[in-house]
Amino acid sequence: MKIAAASKKSLVLSLTLLVLMGLSTHLTQVSAQVDTFQFDTDEQQERFRRLSNELRCPMCQNTNLTGSTGGVAEDLRREIHRMIMEGMTDQGIEQFMFDRYGDFIFYRPRLRAETVLLWFGPLIFLIIGGFVAYRIFRRARALGEKTITLDESEQERLRALLGNKQ
Amino acid sequence: MLPELGQFSLILAFCLSIILGTLPLIGAHRNNVLWMSLARPLSAGVFVFLGISIVILTYAFASDDFSVQFVALHSNSALPLQYKLTAVWGGHEGSFLLWTFMLAGWMLAVAIFSKSMPIDFVARVLGVLGILCSGYILFMLATSNPFDRIVPLPPLDGTDLNSMLQDFAFIIHPPTLYMGYVGFSVVFSFAIAALLSGKLDAAWARWCRPWANVAWAILTIGIAVGSWWAYYELGWGGWWAWDPVENPPLITWLFGTALIHSLAVTEKRGVFKSWTVLLAILAFAGSLMGTFITRSGLLTSVHAFASDPSRGFFILAILGITVGGSLLLYAIRAPLMKREFGFDLLSREVFLLINNVILVVASASIFLGTLFPMIYQALTDDLISIGPPYFNSIFAPLMMLLVLFLGIGPMSRWKRTSTAYLLQQLGKVALASVAIGVLLPLLVLLEFSLAATVSIALAAWVVLSIGKDVSNRIVNKPTPIQGLRALSLSYYGMQAAHLGVAVMLVGIGLTSYFSVEKSVLLEQGQSIVLAGYDFVFIGSSAVNGPNFIGEEAEISVLKAGVEIEVLHPQRRIYTASGSPSTEMDIDAGLLRDLFITLGEEKQAGAWSMTIYVKPFIRWVWLGAIFMVFGATLAAGDKRYRRLRQRRSERARQPVAADLQPAI
Amino acid sequence: MGLAILLWRGLYLDPKELPSVLIDKPMPAFALTTVDGESATNADLPDQIFLLNIWGSYCLPCLIEHPTLMRLSEVGEIPVVGVNYSDRQDLALDWLDDNGNPFAFSILDESGRFGIDLGVYGAPETYLVDADGVIRFRHVSVLDETVWAQEFVPAIAELKAEPGRLE
Repeated sequence: MKIAAASKKSLVLSLTLLVLMGLSTHLTQVSAQVDTFQFDTDEQQERFRRLSNELRCPMCQNTNLTGSTGGVAEDLRREIHRMIMEGMTDQGIEQFMFDRYGDFIFYRPRLRAETVLLWFGPLIFLIIGGFVAYRIFRRARALGEKTITLDESEQERLRALLGNKQ
Repeated sequence: MLPELGQFSLILAFCLSIILGTLPLIGAHRNNVLWMSLARPLSAGVFVFLGISIVILTYAFASDDFSVQFVALHSNSALPLQYKLTAVWGGHEGSFLLWTFMLAGWMLAVAIFSKSMPIDFVARVLGVLGILCSGYILFMLATSNPFDRIVPLPPLDGTDLNSMLQDFAFIIHPPTLYMGYVGFSVVFSFAIAALLSGKLDAAWARWCRPWANVAWAILTIGIAVGSWWAYYELGWGGWWAWDPVENPPLITWLFGTALIHSLAVTEKRGVFKSWTVLLAILAFAGSLMGTFITRSGLLTSVHAFASDPSRGFFILAILGITVGGSLLLYAIRAPLMKREFGFDLLSREVFLLINNVILVVASASIFLGTLFPMIYQALTDDLISIGPPYFNSIFAPLMMLLVLFLGIGPMSRWKRTSTAYLLQQLGKVALASVAIGVLLPLLVLLEFSLAATVSIALAAWVVLSIGKDVSNRIVNKPTPIQGLRALSLSYYGMQAAHLGVAVMLVGIGLTSYFSVEKSVLLEQGQSIVLAGYDFVFIGSSAVNGPNFIGEEAEISVLKAGVEIEVLHPQRRIYTASGSPSTEMDIDAGLLRDLFITLGEEKQAGAWSMTIYVKPFIRWVWLGAIFMVFGATLAAGDKRYRRLRQRRSERARQPVAADLQPAI
Repeated sequence: MGLAILLWRGLYLDPKELPSVLIDKPMPAFALTTVDGESATNADLPDQIFLLNIWGSYCLPCLIEHPTLMRLSEVGEIPVVGVNYSDRQDLALDWLDDNGNPFAFSILDESGRFGIDLGVYGAPETYLVDADGVIRFRHVSVLDETVWAQEFVPAIAELKAEPGRLE
């Protein structure tokens, strides 16, 4: 019984292995790619570096174009180089990528209705955090006023700092 | 036969941890001393049996027992011995065993170093840990047993360890990361024990602090080593990728950082008690969430652990039960603890509160960014990528804000500080920091750069305010030496860790903006100039290792015509898996790293390669070392030991569970 | 609580399932040659529903799906057009000689630019294109008999059932 289960498992395992090995073009090894593109100016090289860092290698698990070897990543880097050399703007290149790969290719998600939560979430957290901190502080100050006596000028300043009409 | 013994030992550990998770807790509830006193020996037992399991698994690797499925998938007879041993955590099953073993290690440590704590408290802490432990072992036995066999036809050889994991950093990264992660389970158990007993006082915070500090320090090492590994192994100079698997440790770390600060306030002033407990729960939740994300394959990442929905489901269940249960307990118990003391708007309490808010907001934001692709996919059925540009633009401003307050916090006083005092103390420091920030980069680089100015100014702000604070504290003493001696270890610890923030800030700021790289095709004898260094390609040769074949280039680096280093980057193919790998060579230095990634031979004798010059990159990890050092110093403060002696006298008296704060 | 439900739901989502932005868009324009050296433009595409298969001689999984493509073209179930993506002409020809040629013709895309216009992730990939030359469906990775039966057959049936279509 146990042996049967185990051999079934090993069958599944070897099938999995077969598929994994077969799909090797999809499980690209993550390792640096070395290109030898020529640029006219340092500014072009810098733009190339920024774009290949901010665009995702579509077929990889989670790496940018800079960090992946072979396949479509290599072709995309070549395309970026070509477009830079042809004088296209960063915006134009990004649009080119968007038309073919959609939002998936950008590591910096564009601000749209669906990503408002993403971009403004941290701000909302900060406001909530500030509000909670303020409430903790107000309670603590209420306790503090019982034990510490503030002189008039200090209380004045405190109110001014808080903008509180207590 | 041995692997079956390993599994049997695992089952025994499970039984013991089930008992540990029940009897001592019931005993603590009913005041049954016998049941409570079972906690320590049971913890030791769980440790021993998990230890036997992991030793047997390690032996299976060392002896090339490929009938064990986990060994067959993660080792190979040609693999060097040190990697065979570390391959134990080279895959999901083994690394989970290591994780659980680490938890048992922490349990044993609590059992040994808790002589000063009352027995009911120890029983509760170990009981909670026992529940966690039994959950993990059950998970292993049910979904990811490292001792599963391949029968009847075991393979002749294994498929080899992932080549990226055949590396020194990988020997230490997972164990330290898990050790730190799991350390927060201990702090979590302290928090739950406090909630269960209703005794949450300054003494509790004192017991808790060294454990929190040590867990935090180890997690810091784990994260730093991971980043160092990524830097030299992935081969494109990145040291932090905001990968979905990198983020949870950072989330836990940020909660943990908030926790160790909040614990300080709880210990010193008896305030923020319920907040501290909540942070302990959150830090623990972060660590479990990290496991969940890594093991479930929920989010794609470079760290491709074999994923399996049933595993994800199981971990989600553990996560839901423990975190949900503890939050419920928290909701019931926390309102009973509102016995707080007052403080003013300008007080150290408020600055630490701000510190906590910023850290928690940063943590929550990273959490949002990490999970958002999944939310997005669930809602729109479309994919989205969230990467470094997003995280950097959210995280950097928050950290700058944090560093601003970091300068003020230690300088301010508990309860109340006057504005005039702070201005008098820090006015000049602020001016000097801005001046240094503007002038220093200008003098060295002869050009203005906002990035350099901001990072240098903030680092100067931290360093100068530390200096000012130290000098304030020793100025009244007869001699500076006496003054320095009078300062406590925990004070030194705090300042060392804060100094680490400044060091890291310089590293991150300067390396992000002043790194240069160039990809070139060099023939033998050709050279290239980058950032004032000459790189001369001497030639290439074949290089073969035990389980790989490859080629190695030799590049001589000259500065002002003088050879300073010869670098040998390699390109390897691992024979068992056929996977290629780049092994860069690095000339590391305090002020800059030079490193070269080898590409391929494009024409006969001409190799493509990328050369990087990365200034101040080492400071990123140097800062982490300072932080670890600081946390360790603080954990060793003698007041924790003094407390132990005092408590051990008191512990002989019967303990009454009450809700009164002890100070 | 909401988070728990979300995470639970997340377990059943597959982040490796890649959508295509080109669905319901016309095939990108191309003016290339076939692997045999004849010219190939959009006008050469079949006037009926067909498969566009991305392949390469370097691509091991392409060998796994190859029998399915061979069967489809042999029984004449649907025309298959190949895109030899990011490959070399001589290697591509050798590969077809060795393994058999299921393609009506194969577009030679040595530079990979046409592949990028299609938004490919890598070989193998298969697109379902309708008679008007509009891309209707895309499958990433191996197209075996199961995928054919479970994904393509219903998709084709749906296309044929569309009003105003006389196929």
